[in-house]
Amino acid sequence: MHPMTLTRSAFFMGVAMAAPSFCQAAEAQVAVAANFAEPIKAVAAVLEKTTGHTLKVTVGATGKFYAQIQNGAPFDVLLAADTHTPQKLEAEGLAVSGTRFTYATGKLVLWSVQAGRVDGQGQILQAGNLGKVSYANPKVAPYGAATIKAIDAMGLTRVIAPKLVQGESIAQAYAFTATGNADVGFVALSQVLEAGRLKNGSMWVVPQRFYDPIRQDAVLLKKGQTNEAAQALLRLLQSTQIDNLIRSYGYER
Amino acid sequence: MELTAADLQAIWLTFKVASLTAVILAVLGVPLAWWLARSRHWVAKPVEALVSLPLVLPPSVLGFYLLVALGPHGPVGQFTQWLGMGLLTFSFSGMVLASVLYSMPFMVQPVLTAMQSLGERPLEVAATLRASPLDTFWHVVLPLCRPGLITGVIMSFAHTVGEFGVVLMVGGNIPGVSRVVSVQIYDHVEALEYAQAHRLALVMLVFAFAVLWALHLQQAKSRREAH
Repeated sequence: MHPMTLTRSAFFMGVAMAAPSFCQAAEAQVAVAANFAEPIKAVAAVLEKTTGHTLKVTVGATGKFYAQIQNGAPFDVLLAADTHTPQKLEAEGLAVSGTRFTYATGKLVLWSVQAGRVDGQGQILQAGNLGKVSYANPKVAPYGAATIKAIDAMGLTRVIAPKLVQGESIAQAYAFTATGNADVGFVALSQVLEAGRLKNGSMWVVPQRFYDPIRQDAVLLKKGQTNEAAQALLRLLQSTQIDNLIRSYGYER
Repeated sequence: MELTAADLQAIWLTFKVASLTAVILAVLGVPLAWWLARSRHWVAKPVEALVSLPLVLPPSVLGFYLLVALGPHGPVGQFTQWLGMGLLTFSFSGMVLASVLYSMPFMVQPVLTAMQSLGERPLEVAATLRASPLDTFWHVVLPLCRPGLITGVIMSFAHTVGEFGVVLMVGGNIPGVSRVVSVQIYDHVEALEYAQAHRLALVMLVFAFAVLWALHLQQAKSRREAH
């Protein structure tokens, strides 16, 4: 055998052997709304255990992902914090049509890192000694938009507006409150729960009558159309298999 | 091609933070540079390194430490609460404090370089003329270090205008308090308001270019005077 042929056939053998294992365990790049940062870790673990597929997760505000995807960001899947953004992406041909579905419905809470600071009725919002109130940038974060709506519906805009401090996503709104720099914060219930119970501090679940339900849609993006891991993730999110897992973070399914 | 009221507010705020920072840095930075230039104490070198840290540290590190230090359980936060000032995060004073730390090397370094290049001679002459150390500092050192001082003031002002990461992390994006031009541009871009982002970005570009041009003109002038 000619040495060149030998190396060449060895190369092709290598490719032939690598190819099937590549198909079995793929990797997907997933853009995840910040409120779902904790649950996605658990979901990714289930996905990897059951299918071998892995996820590369980027966490941020939904509106920012919209801008990034428009500018060619290499995401395969978007887990948004609203229904509007996936809808727009589909209409603009950036998402695969017919792949949208609601994977969770989130809840807004008023939270403080201090135990006993937030009462069961949210009366703290009218207290004279209320400090800074953190929330997420309403232009890009659906939970931020829900906060503005809720404060308005409670008739407290004039009292609360001067105290608002804005995080660039719900994750920063949480960080401002968790470090005590903000007295209280409007964050996602999923951020303050662990295994169905309040991790620390005190909270008031904002009654649903004050804002529209935060229905969170997932969508397969054009780039992920043929990605095995992306499709497996969407199948898993639609299955009843992880209902309890997602509910344990305070979401409705 | 018109800036909105919110854009103008961001520009005015940025100007206020940057000029206040430059003034505070001139007051604090010049004596500090003088001490660094003259001291033979072993502490001087670590302090010089400490002052230069913001040059190499990512703003996220400074922002994170400030968030913790200025918070209710941090040392600075405990102190400001004890003084009855509340917390400095999300406040104008907090933005100025962050900017002073962040821009410190841009004031101290040029002044320090100018002072180090003075040499012993002018100081010896002043001493033989029986000038007190304070006299020497005011009437010999400062005038001779003027170019370095001007560079320091311009650079610390300009660098504060260009600040972004630290303000983003401890500012809370409040109009008139912490929504400076760089943050306002970021917000416009993130919300796909490209037309508005373009207008403000152009203002920044023209400003930065003008500052650097002026700086080079000033340096060329002081070189001519030195010869």
